[in-house]
Amino acid sequence: MSRPGPRGDSGDAERVLELRGVSKTYGQEPTAVRALAGVDLSVRAGEMVAVMGPSGSGKSTLLTIAGSLEEPTSGEVLVCGMALAGMARARKARLRRRAIGYVFQDFNLLPGLTAAENASLPLELDGVAVPKARKAGLAALEALGVAGRASWFPDQLSGGERQRVAIARAVVGDRRLLLADEPSGALDSVNAGEVMRLLHEACQRGVAAVVVTHDAQLAAWADRIVLLRDGRMTGHTTRPPGPESLLMPGEIR
Amino acid sequence: MVSVPHALLALLSEGPKYGLQLREEFEAGTGEVWPLNVGQVYKTLGRLERDGLAESDGTGQDGPQKRFRITAEGREALAAWLRTPPDLTSPPRDELVMKVLVAARVPDIDAHEVIQAHRLYLLELMQQWTWLKEGEARDDLSLALVVDAELFRLDAVIRWLDAADVRLARAAAEPPRPATAPAPAPQLRRLGTRR
Repeated sequence: MSRPGPRGDSGDAERVLELRGVSKTYGQEPTAVRALAGVDLSVRAGEMVAVMGPSGSGKSTLLTIAGSLEEPTSGEVLVCGMALAGMARARKARLRRRAIGYVFQDFNLLPGLTAAENASLPLELDGVAVPKARKAGLAALEALGVAGRASWFPDQLSGGERQRVAIARAVVGDRRLLLADEPSGALDSVNAGEVMRLLHEACQRGVAAVVVTHDAQLAAWADRIVLLRDGRMTGHTTRPPGPESLLMPGEIR
Repeated sequence: MVSVPHALLALLSEGPKYGLQLREEFEAGTGEVWPLNVGQVYKTLGRLERDGLAESDGTGQDGPQKRFRITAEGREALAAWLRTPPDLTSPPRDELVMKVLVAARVPDIDAHEVIQAHRLYLLELMQQWTWLKEGEARDDLSLALVVDAELFRLDAVIRWLDAADVRLARAAAEPPRPATAPAPAPQLRRLGTRR
C-alpha cells in the first residue's frame, strides 16, 4: 500500500516555503537571546512538516518568521519562490493575506461573525468582492464538512466545529501555505486526530503545511518531523517504509 | 502478549464455529495485526477441549469438519480472564530503558545522542502507524483500536525519552552530590537481574 495523494512522491513539487540559514536573536549582547540559529527548512506543495521541540526551542519563532510576521536577524525566507527580504510592506501583507493561512491553538474566530463570515474574512480583507468571497468561504466550509453551520456564530459551535471553521478560514481561496501552532488546542485525542486529518486532506489538495506541536501523536501525521532544540534543528525523520511492514510481524506464540 | 485460548473462547461465545472460521475471525478481530496459523488454532482448541472449556461435536480427527462450542466452564474462564488485570506491578526489563541507563554511564558516549536516535526511530514508527490508521483503519474498528494502543504506547516512550533528556542535562549541570552519588550502581544491578 502506498500513501494516497500527492504527498507520496512530491520530489519535483514546487517549494512553497524555504528557510535558508535563518537565525533570530532578540535583544542586544550581552543579554541577547538566540531563538533560532541557522535553520534550513524546505516544504513542498502537498507536504506536511511537523516541528517538535521542548518549550523555548524556537518552534513558534520559526512559524512567525515563516509567516512573514517577523523578520529573521539573518538568513533568507522564500514563500512561493519569492524572497521576503526587501519586499515592500504592502506587498508582503498582500502575500500574507493571499498565500498564507494560519491556524491557532485557540482558533481565534471572531465572535460577532457567522462561520461563513469568519471563513471568507481573509478574502474580504484582501479586497475580493463580498459575493465572491462568500462563495469561496462556503466552499471551504463545505470541504471541511461544516457547511450546515454556515450561519451559526462561534459560541453556538462545538469545539471540533470551531476548529473546522478555523481551518476553513486558513485554506479559503487559493492558499498555498498553512501554518499551524498547536492546532488541536484543548480537544481530546480523537478530535485532535480529526483536526490533523483535515489538515492532511488540505495537503492532499496541494497545500504545504507546517505544524508546530509538542504532541508526538499529532506530529506523526506529518510526512516529515523536524526536531528543534535551542534554536537548532537537531534531526528529522526520514521517510519510513510504508505501513505494510507493520503488518508482517512474526507469528505469535 | 496475546492470549490465543481466551481469544478463541471469546469467538466461541458468539456461537459454535469451525477451526478455519475461528482463525479468520481472530485475524479480522485484531485488525490482522496478529496473524495466527491453522496448526496453532487446532492445538489450542485441543487444549481447551481437554480442559473442559470447549467441546466439539465430532469425535474423529481434528479437521475442518469439527465444530467447536464453548462450555459453561469456558464462559466462566473467559469472564474471569477479562476482569483480571495484567501484571504491571514490577517494571518490565525494558531494553530501551537499559540502553539509556547504560549510555548515561559509559564514557565517550553522548547519552543525548543515543536518546535522539531512539526518538527519531520511534517517531518514524508512529508515522507508519498513523498512516495505517488513516488508510486502512478508517473503517476497521478493531484495527483502529489496536493502532491507537500502539500510538499511545510509543508516545509514552517518547515522553520518557524527553524526560530522561532533561534529567541528564540537569544532572550534568549540577555538581555531583557525594552523599547520593553511589546510589545508582546497586539500583542498576537490581533492575538488570529482575525476572
